[in-house]
Amino acid sequence: MANGGSWSPLAIELSDINKSFGDVHANRNVSLTVVPGHIHGIIGENGAGKSTLVSILYGFYGADSGTIRINGETTTIRNSADAIGKGIGMVHQHFMLVPNFTVLENVMLGREGSLSVETGARKAREALNKLSQDFGLAVDPDMIVEDLPVGLQQRVEILKALFRGAEILILDEPTGVLTPQETEQLFDILRALRKQGVTILLITHKLKEIMAITDDVSVMRGGEMVAHLQTADTSPAELAELMVGRKVLLEVDHTPARPGAPVLDVQDLCLTDAAGIDQLKQISMTLREGEIVGIAGVSGNGQSELLDVLSGIMAPTGGHFTVGTNQITAERPSDPAELRDFGVAHVPEDRHKCGIVLPFSAAESMILGYSGGDEEDGGWWLSPSKLEESCAGRMREFDIRPPIPKLQSANFSGGNQQKIVLAREISTQPKLLLVGQPTRGVDIGAIEFIHKQLIALRNEGCAILLVSVELDEIMSLSDRILVMNNGQIVGELAREDADERALGLMMAGIGAEEKDAGSAKGAAS
Amino acid sequence: MADLWLQFLLTIDATLRVATPLILCAMAGIFSEKSGVIDISLEGKMLMSAFVAAAVATLTSSALAGMFAAIGVAIMLGLLHGLASITLRGNQVISGLAINILASGLTVTVGIAMFQQGGQTPNLARAERFRPIELPFAEQLGGIPIIGTIYREVISGHNILVWIALGAVLFTAFMLTRTRFGLRLRAVGEKPEALDSAGVSVARTRYLALIIAGILCGMAGAYLSTAHGSGFVREMTAGKGYIALAAMIFGKWQPRGALLACLLFGFLEAVASRLQGVELPLIGQAPVDLILALPYLLTVILLAGFVGKAMPPRAIGEPYIKER
Amino acid sequence: MSPPPPLPRWADVGLIPLINVFAALVVSGIVVAIIGENPFEAMMVMIKGAFVYKGSLGYTLYYATNFIFTGLAVAVAFHAMLFNIGGEGQAYLGGLGAGLTCLLLDSMLPAILLVPLAIMASAGFGAVWGAIPGYLQAKRGSHIVITTIMFNFLAASIMVWLLAGRLKAPGQMSPETRSFSENAELPFIHDIANALGMEMARSPLNLSFVVALLACVGVWVLIWRSRLGYAIRATGHSTKAAEYAGIPVSTIIIVTMAISGGLAGMMAINEILGVQHRTILGFTSGYGFTGIAVALMGRNHPVGIVLASLLFGALYQGGAELDFEFSTITREMVLLIQGLIILFSGGLAYMFNKPLAHLLGALLSQRDRTSHTEAGQNG
Repeated sequence: MANGGSWSPLAIELSDINKSFGDVHANRNVSLTVVPGHIHGIIGENGAGKSTLVSILYGFYGADSGTIRINGETTTIRNSADAIGKGIGMVHQHFMLVPNFTVLENVMLGREGSLSVETGARKAREALNKLSQDFGLAVDPDMIVEDLPVGLQQRVEILKALFRGAEILILDEPTGVLTPQETEQLFDILRALRKQGVTILLITHKLKEIMAITDDVSVMRGGEMVAHLQTADTSPAELAELMVGRKVLLEVDHTPARPGAPVLDVQDLCLTDAAGIDQLKQISMTLREGEIVGIAGVSGNGQSELLDVLSGIMAPTGGHFTVGTNQITAERPSDPAELRDFGVAHVPEDRHKCGIVLPFSAAESMILGYSGGDEEDGGWWLSPSKLEESCAGRMREFDIRPPIPKLQSANFSGGNQQKIVLAREISTQPKLLLVGQPTRGVDIGAIEFIHKQLIALRNEGCAILLVSVELDEIMSLSDRILVMNNGQIVGELAREDADERALGLMMAGIGAEEKDAGSAKGAAS
Repeated sequence: MADLWLQFLLTIDATLRVATPLILCAMAGIFSEKSGVIDISLEGKMLMSAFVAAAVATLTSSALAGMFAAIGVAIMLGLLHGLASITLRGNQVISGLAINILASGLTVTVGIAMFQQGGQTPNLARAERFRPIELPFAEQLGGIPIIGTIYREVISGHNILVWIALGAVLFTAFMLTRTRFGLRLRAVGEKPEALDSAGVSVARTRYLALIIAGILCGMAGAYLSTAHGSGFVREMTAGKGYIALAAMIFGKWQPRGALLACLLFGFLEAVASRLQGVELPLIGQAPVDLILALPYLLTVILLAGFVGKAMPPRAIGEPYIKER
Repeated sequence: MSPPPPLPRWADVGLIPLINVFAALVVSGIVVAIIGENPFEAMMVMIKGAFVYKGSLGYTLYYATNFIFTGLAVAVAFHAMLFNIGGEGQAYLGGLGAGLTCLLLDSMLPAILLVPLAIMASAGFGAVWGAIPGYLQAKRGSHIVITTIMFNFLAASIMVWLLAGRLKAPGQMSPETRSFSENAELPFIHDIANALGMEMARSPLNLSFVVALLACVGVWVLIWRSRLGYAIRATGHSTKAAEYAGIPVSTIIIVTMAISGGLAGMMAINEILGVQHRTILGFTSGYGFTGIAVALMGRNHPVGIVLASLLFGALYQGGAELDFEFSTITREMVLLIQGLIILFSGGLAYMFNKPLAHLLGALLSQRDRTSHTEAGQNG
């Protein structure tokens, strides 16, 4: 395979990059070489150090040590301006767009060309038109960015980089917010860019994407670079093993479920948000005692909203759901405190923002959601010693380390924080447990523990609704799997019928009646 | 009838005089708040520059020297605010409040030490003040009904700072919408990381905004003590900085809206001072204090979203942190 | 520069406030020196004025009483991440509540009923004046900093209007109410001491000081020992977590602001029931703003607030002494010091934080190393 190394310098050459944040060694002796005109993937789990590495490359962070060579020249990149000057452009995971600016204003920001905006705008508009034609990147330059669908906003980010003369384009987790169709469109754009000689560095944790579009792939794990491979020579299995570090054994001791009486009944549940967008459309389902129902879907297709509504954080705008004998409707909404009384527990998707309060002690986080208290708990008052005592008990039971109830919640590792949440939610012996992303950012040991706990809870007769972006997790834990797309439930599979292919097709909305009409909106011809 | 007309014109004239420092300060507020820095230190900057303008004008016998010194000191305070809120990422409200209290203490302390007049500066002579500028033929044309009287009473006879204040509104509007700096300024107040990733320094842009705000506040202070008044009196800003802040919010952070709000608030103050001690039919003694409270009440009502919605810049008050 | 290790708690709570005060005093000292006076002499005058002269300690504690109330008010709101800079207006309205109660009832009720009623009225009026901005923040999204500023001015306007109008004592020129009857007075501490046979110099210190200390205990219990306090802190640290937990965030914001306003309103009992025995114009004198400095220095903890209030009480009382001893420096010096303290402990909070963390980190790790090597040698 020609890598061009003999006649043109490498586009990017990083050697021995180190970067620490406090005690966390985010990048350890990382080296990387990227061939010009290739699409080079960097794959790794959340927290493997991928984002830190590209942030160093783009001048957002300074490396503690190591050297950077761009097109064969050793350089220092102190800030974004330096990176732009070296022909590096970046599409961030969270877009760097001014929401109330037009596309044109966003593209020209920092590259206005002259002191007067008008003169600069004229030139920028011409350049934008040319780029649109060259790469098939059509966007109306006068649209306000916040009115555009996500896919088009990303396109603006790419245009921004190209407008600044980027020859090396970094994309950090670009597909996380995209629908499958938008992802396909993005890949078409990337292929077109490659044809024009642009070097692309694609950061992702999705194996499928690496296999679909990259020429080369580097694997990161725990802040280190563990492998450099040519995509054609590797397989998803090999990459997965490299990412995780050992053979993934996600097989849980999963006995057949014995579903009992219905616990949760959802009928035509709808949610329209403040902006008037339908987040949930006519959701119906039933959960029974002693079963785990998994919800699969690309993130952003209504799963988070479903959890919010079922836990009482948001009120439905149509339809109803029934927990036991209690019916919740738009007219008679509920709140999280009342639903807890009805026997609903909730492990939230965002542990740091919702699940615990970071500055609180573990003992205080251990009663989050249960601080209302009743008479025998001392009425209006709280006793820290009592809280710490009961917290210590749960810490033993769930093997939470370090077992110090007074320790600030922020000082526990991700896995132990998640165990605090789980311990709290399980020990109320709920009838229904809502679980969002139970193992996001959690180490392998804790994953196994958490999975075992969920199965055990099911065996005791609890109904569990599991939302996860990890298909493996969904498939290994669920008794039934529902697939969500665009705010709807588009299909159901029994545990034994579920495989990645079948789920993938359903998640992509293939076969669903409603096509994603939004993605075409705002695109200029 | 003619008397009523004259009364009306005099009120409008007074409105302009009263509104001038408000306008300058409100424009200063727009610059710093559009850049994402909360600026409740308008009051302190204005107070300090009012003192410095009068003190330097006394010492040098030059109103102009006083004004430049006032601008200098207001810029320094702006930079201090910047150090606290941009570089050290401190709390912007607290920093602004500190500057206000600091100004209260420092003006009186230094004033007493310098002039031994209980915190006041000596009365300024003619040459040490900004004088009214009589426009050509004001007296001759004043005889013409309506237009002539307007020309004589309202348009003519203002000092240069009144005109500068009105010019500052055009300047602010032009800067915000037509220039590169304005584009960056609006971006940094909405989404600083967008500007940063575009290779423009967030801190530099914000400091620049605070410096421009300092210049405008300095002129507002100079106006109070060396144009509108004839010397510094302790606490002479008397909450005008906060009224300017209210006017800026009332004008939804836009130069034109803020100008109109300043004129409205100025008008209320002019009316109130005309009504001082006047018996009104039905009400009796005119409730001057309540009229003076109207700007604050109106601002609260606007902020509560009962009439339209005032949307502040999205990133306001948040220090920009690049590293996590 | 690599990020410093986190500052140990004792340093954050104990050392940093001291450094901030020291820095403020140094800067003020420089100003005094520039003016041409001896800063150390001025310092001595202030210390003597605050603690040494006969009755001076009483004055210091009397000022401190005001600052405890307004400092607690700011602190309670801070725990819910609300910045209440409306203490001034809430205290002012508190004075209206106390005043109205006394004007209406001082000829009818005995002190034992009237005084508690007046205290409740001052807290109640302050609470309402705090709860309205709270409501506007919670339900209408109006920025609490701006609304509380506006409410300070609104309170001042209302008070001027009332005190110069309806509430003005007949035949009186100055804008104030008539004097209340003795039934409405909180006893002076020196009177109580004298009654108990102890010799004590006259000072405005009155029973409000005890009420203030009780309020400290109350706030401590509220924040760290009650379910409401838990909800307040959860809301303050993370609105999302509070929503997830089913804590009614809007209600908490309104209730917190009411408590905060009530505490600020109670400042009025020291001035109105304790000292003036009538409601006068401008009795709040900026003490509401001083409360912000007190809360910042006291790290929003009642114990810290008492200590910081003592410091500011001493500054105010000592500052008053400056007027007598010097012709060129006056009590406004104290405003300067206060502004600087707010600046150093609030706006410039991280200026000393980082270097100190580096320094302590280096010192501690060195000590660790030495102890390790010692352990190694021993083993």
